Amino acid sequence: MAPAPPEGHLLTMSGITKLFPGVRALDGVDLEVQAGEVHCLLGQNGAGKSTLIKVLAGAHQPDDGVITWRGEEVQLKSPIAAMKLGIATIYQELDLVEGLSVAENIFLGHEPTSAGFIVKGGEARAAATALLARLGHPEIPASRQVGELSAAHQQIVSMARALSHDVRLIVMDEPSAALDPDEVDNLFRIVETLTADGVAVIYISHRLEEIRRIGDRVTVIKDGRTVAVGLPAKETPTSEVVSLMTGRKVAYVFPDRPSVADAPRGEPVLRTEGLTREGEFEPVDLELRPGEIVGLAGLVGSGRSEILETIFGARKPTAGRVLVDGQELKPGSVRAAVRAGLGLAPEERKAQALLLIESVTRNVSVSSLSRFSRGGWLDSSAERKAARGATQELSLRPDNPDAVIRTLSGGNQQKAVLARWLLRGCRVLLLDEPTRGVDVGARAELYAVIRRLADEGLAVLLVSSEVPEVLGLADRVLVLREGRVVHTSPAQELDEHRVLDLVMEGSPTP
Amino acid sequence: MKQPASEAQQGGPDAAPAADAAPVPLTKPAGKTPGGSGSRPPLGLRLDFRTLSLLGVLAVLIIVGGATKPDAFLATSNLQLVLTQASIIGVVTVGMTFVITSGGIDLSVGAIVALASVWATTLATQEYGFAGILFTAIIVGLACGLVNGVLIAYGGMAPFIATLAIMASARGLALLITEGNTQIVTLKSVLDLAARDSYILGIPPLVIIFAVVTVVGWLLLNRTTFGRRTIAVGGNAEATRLAGIDVRRQRLYLYLFSGLCCGIAAFMLIVLSGSGQNTNGNLYELDAIAAAIIGGTLLSGGRGTIVGSVLGVLIFTTITNIFALNNLQSDVQQIAKGAIIVAAVLVQSRTARHGEA
Repeated sequence: MAPAPPEGHLLTMSGITKLFPGVRALDGVDLEVQAGEVHCLLGQNGAGKSTLIKVLAGAHQPDDGVITWRGEEVQLKSPIAAMKLGIATIYQELDLVEGLSVAENIFLGHEPTSAGFIVKGGEARAAATALLARLGHPEIPASRQVGELSAAHQQIVSMARALSHDVRLIVMDEPSAALDPDEVDNLFRIVETLTADGVAVIYISHRLEEIRRIGDRVTVIKDGRTVAVGLPAKETPTSEVVSLMTGRKVAYVFPDRPSVADAPRGEPVLRTEGLTREGEFEPVDLELRPGEIVGLAGLVGSGRSEILETIFGARKPTAGRVLVDGQELKPGSVRAAVRAGLGLAPEERKAQALLLIESVTRNVSVSSLSRFSRGGWLDSSAERKAARGATQELSLRPDNPDAVIRTLSGGNQQKAVLARWLLRGCRVLLLDEPTRGVDVGARAELYAVIRRLADEGLAVLLVSSEVPEVLGLADRVLVLREGRVVHTSPAQELDEHRVLDLVMEGSPTP
Repeated sequence: MKQPASEAQQGGPDAAPAADAAPVPLTKPAGKTPGGSGSRPPLGLRLDFRTLSLLGVLAVLIIVGGATKPDAFLATSNLQLVLTQASIIGVVTVGMTFVITSGGIDLSVGAIVALASVWATTLATQEYGFAGILFTAIIVGLACGLVNGVLIAYGGMAPFIATLAIMASARGLALLITEGNTQIVTLKSVLDLAARDSYILGIPPLVIIFAVVTVVGWLLLNRTTFGRRTIAVGGNAEATRLAGIDVRRQRLYLYLFSGLCCGIAAFMLIVLSGSGQNTNGNLYELDAIAAAIIGGTLLSGGRGTIVGSVLGVLIFTTITNIFALNNLQSDVQQIAKGAIIVAAVLVQSRTARHGEA
C-alpha cells in the first residue's frame, strides 16, 4: 500500500506514556493508522500492547502523549467517548452477556427504543440480522442466546456489536486465537470487507503468517516503546521482525547456573510419562532432577499452565501418569501431589493462591497446619515461629507475620506462596508465571531466591510468557507450541530469537 | 460434640511424615526468630470496634428495658427467661456461624430442629427415656447435616439450593410424623431440666448448655485446624484446594456440625416446651443468619466470630423481650429487627472500608 499523505491519517498516537505503580507500562509509544488499512501491532508479552489498546479504548488514561483522531487532538476519557468517536475494541476475552440474545448483545446500551425506554425488539433483530449478513453470517439467528453459539460465532457477534456503532477503527486483540483454520479464513474475508469500506483495523496477533496474509503495515513495540513504525507487512523479513521484538534494553539479572561439574545428576524426582489432556496438550514426557530448573516456554494458550496444573493434580489427565520418586501419583488429586512433595505457585496468585484478608502467617501455614497441631489443637506460637522462619529465609518484606497479605507487593506475595511450600517440605516447585505483577527490581531478587532453592536441592518447573526469563533462569527448556513440545534443549543452546521462531512459526528442530 | 473436629484431623497424621522429610533447613532461621507471639491478643477476643459497638447496642437495650419496665425487665426471672430463649437459637447460630464463615449457608436449620424435636418425642422414642430423646435428637440432626453436606460437598449443589430442599423435606417429614399433633413429653427427667429446682447458682441448665456450645465453638474456630480450614475455605476455596486441603471433606464436616447444633437445640426446645411439634424452629434460619451477620461474620465467607454471633442473638432476644413487656405488637418488633440488621451491616461495611478498626 502506498503511503498516504499525512492528512489521510485516521489516528495518530505520539509519545503515549502510561505509568502503573512501580512500572512504566508505556514509555512513549507512537502509532499512526490510516483509513482502510490493516495495521498490525507486534510485540512480546509484556511489551505494552494490551495497555496501548486499553488507552485507545478509553479504558486507561495516558499520563503523557497526544492522540489525534481525524486531524483533531482528542482525549479518550472513557470507553463511551472512544466508541462515540468510532473506535471499537474486540478483546481477546469476549465481553458478551451469555444469557442475552444475539440482537440484545449487539445493541446493549444503545437499543432502538420508542418513548425512550421501550425496546423495539423487532427493529433490533432486523438491524442485527443486517449487520450479521454484512459480516457474511446471515445464518446466525438474531434471537438465539449468545451462550449457545460457538466461539467463532460469538466473535462475529462481537464484531457486529462494534459495527452497530458508526465505527471507523476496529481493534482486534488476537482474534484468531480461538478459531479453527477455516474460521480464520472467514475472519480475514470480514476484515477485507471492512477495509474496503474504509474502516481501519488494528490487528494484534502472534502468528507471523497471518500478519503476512492480511496486514498492510506493522508497528513493533518493545518494553513500552515503539521500535519500528509502518514496516511493510508482506516484505519485511521474519528475522528483522523478530530481532526488533527481542533486542531488549531492560537487563534482567539472572543468577549464575551451577557449573557443569555440579550439574544435577541424581535420579529424577519428578517424571511424567505420556501425560496428556485431550484438547489442551499432547503427550508430555519430562524429567526433573533435584537441583534442576526446567523451563516451559510458549505462548499463552500453548498448554503450559495446563501441564503444570495437571502434574499438580488440579486437572485430571486423559492419559499418561505422573511419578514422584518412581511412585505413581493418584491422578487428579491435589492432596496426593502435595503429600508427595509437590507445590504449585499458580498463575493467578490472588484467585488461586492467597487468602487475601488473612495474615502472612496464615497464608504460609495453610498447607502445613497438621504440623503445628496435636489432636487438631493448633499451637499458634509454633506456627508463627515456623512461618516467620520460612518468610525470613526468603527475605519477605515487611518482616511482620501479622501483615495482611493483600497489602504486600506482588513480589512479596509470591514469596509468601513460596514460603508456604518451603514450610511444607516441598521438593518439587511448580512455578506458573512467578514474576507476573512483580516489578522489575523485585524480579532479580525472586530469580535469586528460585536459584538458591534449586541449589539447596529443590527441583523447579518454571512456566513463563517471558522468554528471557525462561532462558535466563532455567537449566533446560522445553518449547511448546499449541499443546505440543516442539523442542527440548539446554537453555544455553537457545536464544530468544530461536525460541520465538519456534513458538511462532512452529518449524521443527533442524 | 467433638466428633467432626477429631475426624477433620485425619488428614494430619498421614501428611506429617512428608513434612518431617523436609530437605530444606527451616530450623536454622527459626532459631534466631524472636518469640514475638506473646504480645498478641488472643484472636477473636479482641475488643475491636465491632464487638464494642455490639456491646454498646446491648447496653442501650438494657437501659431502654430498665427505663420502660424497671420492675419486670430487670427481675431475675425475666433475665433468666431472656437467656433461656437466647440459648436455643444461640446454639443454632453457633453452627450457622461456621457454615457462613466457610462461604456457605444453611437454610434448613429450623426444619431440622422441628424434625429432630418430633422424632425424639414420639411415644416409641420416649420409651427409651432421657437418653433416648437426647440421642435421637442428635442423630436426626447429624443425619440431616450429613445429607446437606453430601449434596453440597460431593454432589456439587449450591448450598442455598441443597439446604432449601432439605428445609422443605424435613419440615414435611416432621408433619408426617406428628400428623399435625403436639407430642407431649411425659418423662419427668426431661421436664425437670427446665424446672427452677435444677438451676445451678441461678443459671438454667439450658443456658449452661448454650455456654458450653459457645465455648467449644469459639475454641474450634480459633484454636484448631478445623477452624482454620473453615476460614480458609471461606476466604478462597480454590486457593485452599491448591494448598492441598480437602475442601470437600471440610464442607461435609461443616454441615454435619450445623446439623449437630440443630439436634442439640431440638433437645433444648423439647426440655423447654415439654413437647415436640412440627412447627418448632419456625424461621430459625433467618434469625440465625441475621444474628451471625450483625455479629460480624462475613456472608461471603472468610471471616467469622462466635462472640459476635452470641451478642447478635442476645440483642435480638432482648428486643423481643422488651417489646413483649411493653405490649408492643410483633409487627413493630419485626420492623425494629430489620432496622438493626441494616444499621449493623452499614456500620460494618464502613469500618471495613476504613481498614481494620
